[in-house]
Parts: sequence; C-alpha cells; structure tokens
Amino acid sequence: MTSLWEYANPRKFMATSAVLLPWVAGVAVLCLCGGLIWGFFFTPNDFRQGATVKIIYVHVPAAIMAINAWLMMLVASLIWVIRRHHVSALAAKAAAPVGMVFTVIALVTGALWGQPMWGTWWEWDPRLTSFLILFLFYLGYMALWEAIENPDSAADLTAVLCLVGSVFAVISRYALLFWNQGLHQGATLSMDAEQNISNVFWYPLVTTLAGFVFLFVTLVLYRTQTEIRARRLKALIAQERMA
Amino acid sequence: MIGLLKRDLTLAIRAGGGFGLSLAFFLIFATLVPLGVGPQTTILSDIAPGILWLGALLACLLSLDRIFQLDWEDGTLDLIATSPVPLEGLAAMKAFAHWITTGLPLVLVSPVLALLLNLPEGGFLWLIASLGLGTPALSAIGTFGAALTVGIKRGGLLLSLLVLPLYVPTLIFGALCVLRGAQGQDALTPLLLVGGITLGSLAILPFAAAAALRVNLR
Repeated sequence: MTSLWEYANPRKFMATSAVLLPWVAGVAVLCLCGGLIWGFFFTPNDFRQGATVKIIYVHVPAAIMAINAWLMMLVASLIWVIRRHHVSALAAKAAAPVGMVFTVIALVTGALWGQPMWGTWWEWDPRLTSFLILFLFYLGYMALWEAIENPDSAADLTAVLCLVGSVFAVISRYALLFWNQGLHQGATLSMDAEQNISNVFWYPLVTTLAGFVFLFVTLVLYRTQTEIRARRLKALIAQERMA
Repeated sequence: MIGLLKRDLTLAIRAGGGFGLSLAFFLIFATLVPLGVGPQTTILSDIAPGILWLGALLACLLSLDRIFQLDWEDGTLDLIATSPVPLEGLAAMKAFAHWITTGLPLVLVSPVLALLLNLPEGGFLWLIASLGLGTPALSAIGTFGAALTVGIKRGGLLLSLLVLPLYVPTLIFGALCVLRGAQGQDALTPLLLVGGITLGSLAILPFAAAAALRVNLR
C-alpha cells in the first residue's frame, strides 16, 4: 500500500519525479503548442473584439494558475507546519517564482488586451488590483525566503507568512470589490454555467488550460529537484568541512 | 504582562525618540502632500481622507522595526521567552504598547492635520472613529511582520514589503469610511468592517507572531 506521504522521503521523491518529469513536460508542450496553434489560427475572430479575443488562450489559464499556485503553496506550507516534511517546504519555495511569473503574464496580457478594447492599459478595477496585490504577496514571500539563512527557520517563517497572507489576500479581494466598481468582465470559466463560451473557443481554451497546469507541475517538480540537490550539496560541503 | 507593557511604554517615552518620531513623520507627510499636489483646496479636500490614512499607515510602518529589534539585540527577548509569560501574551502586549505610543497619538493629532488638508466637516468624526478603530489592526499586523523579520539584519525594507500588502484591507475600509463621511454618504458600513478587521487581527495575529518569534529564538 503506497501512500502520498512516501514522497516526503526525498530519495523516493527524486526517483518518482525523475520518471514523471519527461512525461509531464511532454504533455505540457503538446497541450500548449496544440492549444495555442488551434486557438490562434483555427478559431474565428470575435465579431466585436476581432482578433484580440485570442489573447484569452494565454490570459485566462495564466490567471487561473496564478491563484492556484498560491493555493498549492498554502497546502504545501500547511503540510510542512503540521508534518515537517522538507520536500513539502521546498515545493512551496519552488512554486513561488512560477506563480509570480503567471501573475505577471496575466497582468501583461490583460494590459495588452485592455489597451485596444477598454482604451486603457490599466484600470483600478478590483480584479486587476487584486492581481497586483497578489504579485506583491509573491514578492514578499520570495524575499523572505532569500533573506533568512537557516533553511529550517526560513521554511517555518515563510510558511507562517503564507498562512497569514492567504487570509489577508482573501480579505483584500472582498475589500476591493467593496472599494470600486469593476470594469473587468465576469469569470470566463465557471463550473456551474451550462455553457461558458462558444464551443469553438471553449475546446482550445481548455487545452491551453491543461497545458498551463502541466507546465506548472513540470516547473515545480523541476525546481523542487533543484532545491533538493542544492540542499544535498550544502550537506556534502558541510561534511567535507567537518572531516 | 502588565509589567511588560509598562516597561515598553517607559522605554518608548524615556529612551530617545520613539514616542514622538512617528508623530513628526505624520506631520511632515501631511505638510509635504500639498507641496506636491498644489495648494488648491478643492483637490486637497478630495484627497484628504486617503492622504491622512496613508500618512498614519506609513508612520506606523516606520516605527515597526523598533518593536522587537532592540530586545532581540540585547538578549531581553530570550529572557522574556524563558519567563512564565507566554509569547502570545508578549506579542499582544508589544502590539498594544506600539499602539499606545504610535496609533493613539496619530488618532489624536489627525483632526488638526485634517484641518490643514481641508477635510470637509462631515469627515472629522469618521476620521477619528476609523483611525481609532483601525490603528490597532495596523499595530497587530506590524507586530507580526516585526516578529517575522526580527532575526534579519537590516530587515527594514523587507519588513515593509511584507507588511504593506497585509495593510490593504484596513487601508481600503478606513479611507473609504472617511471619504464617505466627508461626502455625506453612509460611512457606518466601512467603519464596522474596519472594526471587524481589527478584531480579527487582534484575535489571530498574536499567535502567528508568537509562532514566528519561537522560530527566530530557536
């Protein structure tokens, strides 16, 4: 009987992730290339937005993954705080820059789309502003990791920051809704709508969304491996010094 | 715990500067804003609620690294940690002392600065109420940030990067309350929300701060 907790063992994690990594990366590349080419060249233009609608294939998945990356960090931090598995803490550390880049992608593609459509690069809309604040949260989290030398203390403190930050991020989201009317349209994808957008756009969008999910998993696995190797290297150097 | 509070207050008042500095900063900030945006009273009265809240927030921020830094450097923090007082209590008392030395004076001075910035008459009560309710949250959040960064040398900039995003909800509701009061709209809802954030922060953050202190003292 194997359980998820086996992967708390770095050796086991390294072995399994080494097997998984090429496959996950391959699927990510396939989905991304397929979805993007399909979306960019084989779907019709929107009758009002013209070709700019196609930025949706990058914007929406990036935005969704930017939030989910923080959620993943939250779960990983909780596992570290409760069960003290180092791999979990390192995975949270590895996910932060990836999530930050997704946030930037969502903001930049949004600005590129907003310029022709809304007539402005930036608008202090609740959704846009919460993404900017999410970006700041990522920055603070990463800066705290960098600033602390002892790896265990760093893992503990960033975990606490992630937990408290999540609470405040959610409060900020609702505070912003209270603060200003939105210009941003409603959610493109939601589980309970019967049909979110026309199927012509829907299938390539879901493909790129899957691509972004697999891309995220690939990058996190890869970066976690790197962190584990760096940790091992440090241990080896410390051993050399002792000897 | 009362002893801790008294000690902090005495230190803040007698040992150089901590007490009046943030107040002076608030004053300078409110003076510089009209120099930056121009002296037209209509513009000033439009932006006064936000400026006053921002000034209070930054004044709070600047005094945060004093909360634990000195005690950490001379070892007092280790002594307190081995005493029977729980660290949660220490964190709460530190936040309270910070509020008395920073938040409370800011609240008391704010009407004068509001006068300088030409805040409409209806906003004054709401300004005092929202700052009075909101600054404890700023102190509690700041104490948490200070506890996170206490082990880091020259952690001031990092501290502001960590703490400012956490200040967002308090700032939004606080400034909105004053703005609505100044415009004669319903200001009670944002005020109550500020109160809610303060109560929530006071309930949760001493525990988070104590957890961070325990890690740093390890």
